[in-house]
Amino acid sequence: MIHAQAITVTRQGKHLLEHVDITVNDGEMIGVVGPNGSGKTTLLRSLYGACVINGGKITLDGTAMEQLSRRAIARRIAVVPQGQALDGDQTVGDMVALGRLPHQAWFASHGRRDDLAVREALDRVGLRTMAHRSMHLLSGGEVQRALVARALCQEADHLLLDEPTNHLDLGYQHDILAFIRELGLATLVVLHDLNLAARYCDRILLLDKGRLVAGGTTETVLTPARISKIYGVQTTRIATPAGRHHLVFADASTQDPK
Amino acid sequence: MLLSMTFNHFITGTPLTGQATLGELSRQRQRNLFLLALLTIAIAVISTGFGPVPIDPLTVFLIVSRRLVGQPVDAYWSDAIDAIVWITRVPRVLMAIAVGSSLAMAGAALQAMVRNPLADPYVLGVSSGASTGAALAITVLAGVGGAFLLPAAAFTGAVVSILMVLAIGGRAAGSSPFRLILAGMAVGYALSSVTSFLIFASDSPEASRSVMFWLLGSLANVHWPMVQLCLAVAALAVVVLTLASGWLDALAAGDDTAMALGVHPLRTRLTLMIFVSLIVGVMVAGAGSIGFVGLIVPHMARALVGTRHRLLLPASACLGASFLLVADVGARMLFPPAEIAIGVLTGVVGAPLMLLLLRKTGQLTN
Repeated sequence: MIHAQAITVTRQGKHLLEHVDITVNDGEMIGVVGPNGSGKTTLLRSLYGACVINGGKITLDGTAMEQLSRRAIARRIAVVPQGQALDGDQTVGDMVALGRLPHQAWFASHGRRDDLAVREALDRVGLRTMAHRSMHLLSGGEVQRALVARALCQEADHLLLDEPTNHLDLGYQHDILAFIRELGLATLVVLHDLNLAARYCDRILLLDKGRLVAGGTTETVLTPARISKIYGVQTTRIATPAGRHHLVFADASTQDPK
Repeated sequence: MLLSMTFNHFITGTPLTGQATLGELSRQRQRNLFLLALLTIAIAVISTGFGPVPIDPLTVFLIVSRRLVGQPVDAYWSDAIDAIVWITRVPRVLMAIAVGSSLAMAGAALQAMVRNPLADPYVLGVSSGASTGAALAITVLAGVGGAFLLPAAAFTGAVVSILMVLAIGGRAAGSSPFRLILAGMAVGYALSSVTSFLIFASDSPEASRSVMFWLLGSLANVHWPMVQLCLAVAALAVVVLTLASGWLDALAAGDDTAMALGVHPLRTRLTLMIFVSLIVGVMVAGAGSIGFVGLIVPHMARALVGTRHRLLLPASACLGASFLLVADVGARMLFPPAEIAIGVLTGVVGAPLMLLLLRKTGQLTN
């Protein structure tokens, strides 16, 4: 469980995050949504220590983050960062094997146990036959799956993903989120698409200008009134037979009264 | 044959692996590294035989093993041949191995650290600093001190340039490696001007000639103590960098990813950069600033053993040593009895290879 209490991030006098509280429980998938520049990525980076916080406290299963070594954190929290820059001739297998680093002593070599983990991760994301292929030759969806495979190799029980559906077509967007949900880890995923968040996440956190505006179920967080206020877009909310709520763009005349 | 295979792959970019599985691929890479090591030893023995007095590889091998482990065979060669091999040629060959392997490993490590395939071992201005030190020794301090004056002055210059770069860009290194590179370039240019001024202001044409020769790098004037020092430092570099190979893998993936994989990017990068630059400083002090080896060899090594540093660094070391051994044979054989500066040859061979590499990466990214 990751617990962040009143975290604040300030850069050059500007508040990127202001008193944000957040808890990612075991087995729970949380979606973080909000407009551009609302602090989503900053929040995600703070949670694994890539971004230094200026106030507040983050704990990992009750232990303060600053008491843990970087390696210890990496064994507990795996990350799929946004816009991963790809290294020239790196093969998929090599990239995924990087996920084993936190488990290797700095003088130890890549052993049988590591090989097994890499193979298993590649299997799970369906990239086994592409292990030797250059990362350059993968499609956008395959790159994302390879990055998820690297995170799986870390064998962590927490997973943070920054816009994993970026540049993916509709099919891949659903594929990857369904897959991540099935993993059953404590997951926090930053998403732009509100409907994807509504469809796959147990809880949704809505950020705006570095502040947590609302948190909870789709029904309570993604109200057309709030969407209109934050994004300036009129929407209508419809309920699916499964009891979920989806947003569709609306003409002014069909505005949801809520 | 192996080299032609390397170049073939290097030029065409065709995978050596076909449909290999993960395990087969890593075995193939280990085999490539093993072959590279054998190739390096073979080139070292053969190149010792080249020179005004040709000596066959078997005799070279026997002379060296007799010197090292006692008397396994009766000497059928003259004392003169023994002296040529042991006193003239072996130090030179070992120096080529030490310098070539260190520069290539330094290049591979720095390319990962600054995430730029065009980085070379001299990004922190090491080469310019060493050159200024050497120029000072040759023009101003000429005649003072013994054989160690020049390397000592060069190494001091290298250290001074590293300190200057850190003083200017060190604090900013917290934000990105590029500040450090910019500081390296600025210091490099400034020190190059100082070197040019020293040459220009020197009365002795001989002094400016020898500064010029030194700037291009040469293995002509090596002697045993310097060779031993460089070999020891090269061995240290192999051990430390190979141990740090996981860190280099992580740094090459970007700072956020490195962080997510449990490696502190800023601290690790700064420490390794200083370490690598000091190693390069020693090599430049010993043999001048030889260009292109540290830039081009890591790319060739990647084609053979992949991007992971545990194999890439030793492979770069082997290839760098081989490259410099061959270049040194050229340097002493092409226009006898005169010697060409080895930097001229590495440049002549390295520049076209670099262009081919650019063409290849262009094809991949377009």
